[in-house]
Amino acid sequence: MSLAAQFPVLVVVLPLFVAPLLALLANRGNLPWLVAIVTSALTFAMAIALTAQVMQTGVIYYELGNWPVPFGIGLTIGPLSAMMLMIISGASTVALAAGRESMNAEVGEEHQALLYSCWLLAMTGLLGIAVTGDAFNIFVFMEISSLASYVLVANGPKRQALTASFKYLVTGTLGATFYLIGVGYLYMMTGTLNIADMATRLADVSDTLPVMIAGGFVILGVALKAALFPMHAWMPNAYQYAPTPVAIFFAACATKVALFVMLRFQYELFLPNLGPQASFLSSWLIPLCVGGFLVGSAVAMFERDLKRMLGYSSVAQLGYIVLGISLSSSAGVTAAMIHFFNHALIKAALFVAVAGMVLRFGSSNIEQLAGVGKRMPLTTLGFVLAGVSLIGVPLTAGFISKWYLIQAVLELGGLGILLTILILVSSLMAVVYIWKVVEVAYFKEPVDGQSMLGVREAPMPLLVMLWVLVFANIWFGIDPSIPITLAKQEAAGFFGGAR
Amino acid sequence: MTLLGLYNYWIFILLLVVGLYAVLVKGNYVKRMIGLGIFQAAVFLLYITMDKVEGGTGPIMRGVPEPGQLYANPLPQVLILTAIVVGIAVTALGLALAIRIREEYGSIEESDIRRQDQES
Amino acid sequence: MISLLGFMTLTLVAVAAIATVLATNLFVASMWFGIFSLLMASNFFILDAADVALTEAAVGAGVSTVLFMGALALTGEKEAIRAKFSWFPMAVLGVLALALFVATFQQPMLGDPLAPVHQHVAPWYLEQTPLLINIPNVVTAILASFRGYDTLGEVIVIFTAGIGVLSVLSFKPKRRQTISSEALAAKVRGVQHHSILRVVGKLVIPLLMLFALVVQFHGKYTPGGGFSAGALFAAAVMLYGILEGADRSAKAMPEKAMLRLAAVGATLYTGVGLVCLLLGGAFLDYNVLWSDPLIGQYVGILLVEFGVGLTVTTVLILIFNAIANRPTY
Repeated sequence: MSLAAQFPVLVVVLPLFVAPLLALLANRGNLPWLVAIVTSALTFAMAIALTAQVMQTGVIYYELGNWPVPFGIGLTIGPLSAMMLMIISGASTVALAAGRESMNAEVGEEHQALLYSCWLLAMTGLLGIAVTGDAFNIFVFMEISSLASYVLVANGPKRQALTASFKYLVTGTLGATFYLIGVGYLYMMTGTLNIADMATRLADVSDTLPVMIAGGFVILGVALKAALFPMHAWMPNAYQYAPTPVAIFFAACATKVALFVMLRFQYELFLPNLGPQASFLSSWLIPLCVGGFLVGSAVAMFERDLKRMLGYSSVAQLGYIVLGISLSSSAGVTAAMIHFFNHALIKAALFVAVAGMVLRFGSSNIEQLAGVGKRMPLTTLGFVLAGVSLIGVPLTAGFISKWYLIQAVLELGGLGILLTILILVSSLMAVVYIWKVVEVAYFKEPVDGQSMLGVREAPMPLLVMLWVLVFANIWFGIDPSIPITLAKQEAAGFFGGAR
Repeated sequence: MTLLGLYNYWIFILLLVVGLYAVLVKGNYVKRMIGLGIFQAAVFLLYITMDKVEGGTGPIMRGVPEPGQLYANPLPQVLILTAIVVGIAVTALGLALAIRIREEYGSIEESDIRRQDQES
Repeated sequence: MISLLGFMTLTLVAVAAIATVLATNLFVASMWFGIFSLLMASNFFILDAADVALTEAAVGAGVSTVLFMGALALTGEKEAIRAKFSWFPMAVLGVLALALFVATFQQPMLGDPLAPVHQHVAPWYLEQTPLLINIPNVVTAILASFRGYDTLGEVIVIFTAGIGVLSVLSFKPKRRQTISSEALAAKVRGVQHHSILRVVGKLVIPLLMLFALVVQFHGKYTPGGGFSAGALFAAAVMLYGILEGADRSAKAMPEKAMLRLAAVGATLYTGVGLVCLLLGGAFLDYNVLWSDPLIGQYVGILLVEFGVGLTVTTVLILIFNAIANRPTY
């Protein structure tokens, strides 16, 4: 078989193979970082190749061990999986490229071999979830990425990183175990673990209570992992205290993978087979989403720490995505998928800018960042432009997402108009908190006693990555054809026929 | 008696509730890890309950199998072997974090830690 | 239909769980947890899941209890008693339990051969394993070959836990030790002054290691395999550490060597999969490893299980040494 035919499995196996070897490297200089970024970049290249292939020829299947599918484990790479692969490996590469100096400053050199090994393992876990077609396999890779994530968060410079990591561990394990219970009930009633196979067999047992419970547990477990309101508390905490490059990586992709699982289960398994009950249950999610984007944006307005503020902003943005998913319509799920892509670009850009500021100022407290606009003009301007995309101004990626979401929501008639108003309200709140940063950055004088001697512009790799992301935000705001094509292809697969 | 055929599931529910109670309500971090362990063990019970076949034996084919011989279902066992290892991995990491937290904060009780964080 | 023995064991499991949560002395709680795990293992055996019973006994009742004890020696054994009783979690749990209880009446009975789980995938495994893989233990066949990708993921999970514990504990405590060196030596020496324990314990260690090796390599024919073998071997080393002192076990099994061997185990597993790719098959397709596919399967499973056993052993020993040798106050 050609090498390209092995990409579906190699995209997961490459970082998986390198990570244990990386853990053995000496902590000399930048060697661990170098190995990590080269692996990440190669994985990103494979992800792009796979996406191109999927856009041309449709869903890719791969049987591991050459065993036929319900008996062995099969990989299924559809348009959305390909998008997720690009997001994950892209976020990792960008975060590594931009974050090298930040990581040295916040964590120190002695721990880097183990740290970057965990980074590659986290990436492996997320990639594995994106490509697999087997429900239990999702659990295994979910735990790989989760365990690695707990370690990454715990390496943060302050002691609160430890408690943040512990709470993340408890919440994450609860979520994963709930998911496992749900899969157990599904297996009990269908006799198989392959998702596509379950979809065909579920129709026979669709109106029994255990299947409802299975659905409930799966959605609950995934919601915990995705930081859906009201179970979102662990996320801003983890983002605030994790090392900043880790925050860049996670903010762009980690919780999205959990939402990816939710989307697949909802649209491949529950909606086609449970029909009315599934729609009814998912409409219960709508108030939670609204809570998410209103409360998230509101709290972000009052937060004093920049990383924490962006964490709450992510709670709001994820609320938009789940709103799209819970509409149970083709337009809704398309909007959700488009926002997967755009939000990754927006949040990655914001956090890269923050990484630069934290590196030079030594703090992420907003008040202490006064005057950063004059000292670090490129970094701050990048932050502002990404913030504009977050708000959803036309010609940016954020606008495209909001446009599609509002169109999907308006299909609901009266309720749709109410939801649109709420979405616009939370967008206004986003203006408030972005403006807060702008005000402090440009219009306030540096705090007395804050030494400005060491403050110069951010390191070159960071600036390059930041402006690449900002440029991408504008590009995909003007020409969003790639994410839209992928999203529509995937939605057609859900609603049009068999995958 | 139909009731006894469902007893396994009822014990699963009981263990689930007991484990979750410990995780959600108790303030001591090590107690919460123990609760998490009980919660995970409950899930193991759920899966292994599914593997039993009346009149079957363990899924090991010794020699030539007799026709009509029933075997227990091997698949849940494979899944739970994996889940057990995942459980110990999580437990080990959680305990390592609890040890560090004790060193940094002097306590592993939720209330003490929250108080110290608010003071600083 | 459930047997009387199964009924009794399950009830005892529930009792042990409740006792665990109610105990406020954490040493007592972890002992109850060990008893809980052992009863669970017996229950798995009653349900015809011998592999799982072995692993749960070794991991849950053995390794897990030792790790809890090790951690408690560092974090303190008393749990603070909270005066207030929060009703909201209880209400949520109550509703959950009720919903699950009602659902049980629509679930298959214990042992029902017509249940969906016994219809589709399971009979295929039972019929096809002698033809395609030809080893008696079907569980090992599924674990190492049919669903080998999951098992690879799982080896990586335990490896991640190993390096995670190392990473978290690599930050040395800032405060200096406040106990005298004699007191520290006394803590670390373990149970050295109990002669009977030492003599009998040391007799058990080589037997345990031998049993672990049997379980590892005989896992195709009898219940066993990489995970249980790894846990048993690690338990033997932990026993040595408890009897002779954790510093001795850390010297016998140094951290660097353990980390290297763990990486070797994981790389062996991934390597076998990649070799299959290079030889023209799919990832983890053992059929191409030899001219005769059945021998190829045998070789693949042997290597892969060895990788699993190696990584599990070394990681568990690593974690034990790291926790047991942490300076105490």
